[in-house]
Amino acid sequence: MSHHYLLPEISQPGKIGCSLPALDVPPTELPPKELLRQELELPEVSEVELVRYFTALSKLNYGVDTGFYPLGSCTMKYNPKWHEDIAKLPGFASIHPLQPEESVQGAMQLMFELQEYLAEITGMNATSLLPIAGAHGEFTGLLMVKAYHQDRGDRARKKILLTDSSHGTNPASAVMCGFEIGTVASDSEGNVDMKSLESAMNEEVAALTLTMPTALGLFDPQILEISRLVHERGGLFGADGANLNALLGRVKFGELGYDYVQLNLHKTFSTPHGGGGPGSGPVCVKEHLADFLPSPLVTKNNGRYNFVSPAKSIGRIANFCGNFGVMCKAYAYIRSLGAPGLKEVSENAVLNANYLKEKLKSYYYLPYDRICMHEVVFSGRRQKARGVRTVDIAKRLLDYGLHPPTVYFPLVVDEALMIEPTETESKQTLDAFVDAMKEIDRDVEENPEILHTAPHNTPIRRLDDVRAARNPDLRWHMRS
Amino acid sequence: MTPEEYKYTPEHEWICPESKNKGKVGLADYAQSQLGDVVFLDLPAPATQVEQGKKMGEVESVKAVSDIFAPVSGQVLEINQTVIDEPALVNKDPYGAGWLVRLELSKPSELDALMDSDKYDEFVAELSENESEQAGG
Repeated sequence: MSHHYLLPEISQPGKIGCSLPALDVPPTELPPKELLRQELELPEVSEVELVRYFTALSKLNYGVDTGFYPLGSCTMKYNPKWHEDIAKLPGFASIHPLQPEESVQGAMQLMFELQEYLAEITGMNATSLLPIAGAHGEFTGLLMVKAYHQDRGDRARKKILLTDSSHGTNPASAVMCGFEIGTVASDSEGNVDMKSLESAMNEEVAALTLTMPTALGLFDPQILEISRLVHERGGLFGADGANLNALLGRVKFGELGYDYVQLNLHKTFSTPHGGGGPGSGPVCVKEHLADFLPSPLVTKNNGRYNFVSPAKSIGRIANFCGNFGVMCKAYAYIRSLGAPGLKEVSENAVLNANYLKEKLKSYYYLPYDRICMHEVVFSGRRQKARGVRTVDIAKRLLDYGLHPPTVYFPLVVDEALMIEPTETESKQTLDAFVDAMKEIDRDVEENPEILHTAPHNTPIRRLDDVRAARNPDLRWHMRS
Repeated sequence: MTPEEYKYTPEHEWICPESKNKGKVGLADYAQSQLGDVVFLDLPAPATQVEQGKKMGEVESVKAVSDIFAPVSGQVLEINQTVIDEPALVNKDPYGAGWLVRLELSKPSELDALMDSDKYDEFVAELSENESEQAGG
């Protein structure tokens, strides 16, 4: 039977998946009939059918544990299985957030130390672990920006500046926070255009959000000049920390002049993600923003850990303490690698990206031909000129059993292919990817049809993007 | 009128001037080819005042959402309901059935600041050249 079937399609009245024990408590009346749902028809299947169904689905899954996953900007690195053991320790997994503080001191110690480690790694003074996703961390940072300016009596700053290569969440978070958006252009080298920043940075600007390295995978050498300009004109300087994997243990956001940075534990600190999380997006801040951090923080006094609320806190932004299980895994990652290990992470992440850059740049157009950081952005324009678009290349990679890179982002690169190999891939894996990309480039000339109609080896063939966007069919219908 | 007689903006909108200071507005072929398949359009309602060079709507393709800028100032007289229902017309027939809105121009002299077809063709040719191998760093 094909894996396309759904459980209701093999349901038959009377098939039973389990045997319930005899009733050994007094029966209770059902609620009144009008409160009971009639239409809820649960499928009736046997236990083995249920197991086969979910096993078949699990075999369709693709993740870092299955193969190469160079999804730019997402840092899909291998997640050591040992982290799961740590997160499952009963002292971490079997506690409740409403337990008295004295009964969860170990968990609070982990949170306290993680706050400290992240502040150290980013060169900041204080950390909130509460945000439960990267964009949530951005939003939290911007709420603090707002509170900071209001606290100083400066109510004119209604705008957040972004660059034209920004992650999509940057404008979204700012607008959700009630700010207007101003855009700063990139120059021909992929750096911030200083003239554009100079003219945009005025007394209406609350902060500049700048990912470093930028979404082009490049380190902007003008960074100190940028932060000086923003501060001179009364703004704050915030980092989207999505690309921390390039800097880990080597460059600190605090030393680059940033006032705050949002991190993604689920990217840089190796906790499983994809398919919606769970994530964790801590925010690290300098001293002058620490009073505005969300509540609660963990502090340590005389060997005892306490939850506290900072003096001018923006308040609660998440249930209880955020995604604690993710914090356990990130903590395990930092403790197992230590400072030398974290340095090696960024070193190898940058090396791997540059290896791919050098191997592929004679086949795919490289708009910014300079040393890249943890990811490299190619343009598919040479292939496009010969009739094959980036989307065809991405779909064809699926036939090789490879996850495609991020495509059509950043928007400033035509037909973009944004490749982030991460540090956990071997040369052998990188070479296999290079071979696939070369073969695809050859097929642009020799066999373009195979690219236009790809993928061929996947359970579902090419999707109709237009129909999916205009007429999404999200409801299951019984096949007749 | 044919596209050769339209006026163009650097943001790749076109306007086809009609009598009595009216004009139809749409997206140029270069814009639709860069956007890819268009899936949604967000256009200003009739009676909306628009200002030259300012955002008047959005176009969403399978790749990205982009702003649509008003080629001239004026008032929206009507919007093309057909293209709202079938945005693929922007890809199929950008200069004809894929038009977006009709405007009543409040400052007809603004048309003089726009590119004519020859100039716009040169502009696009230059862009395409910039995209070739020597572009960037």
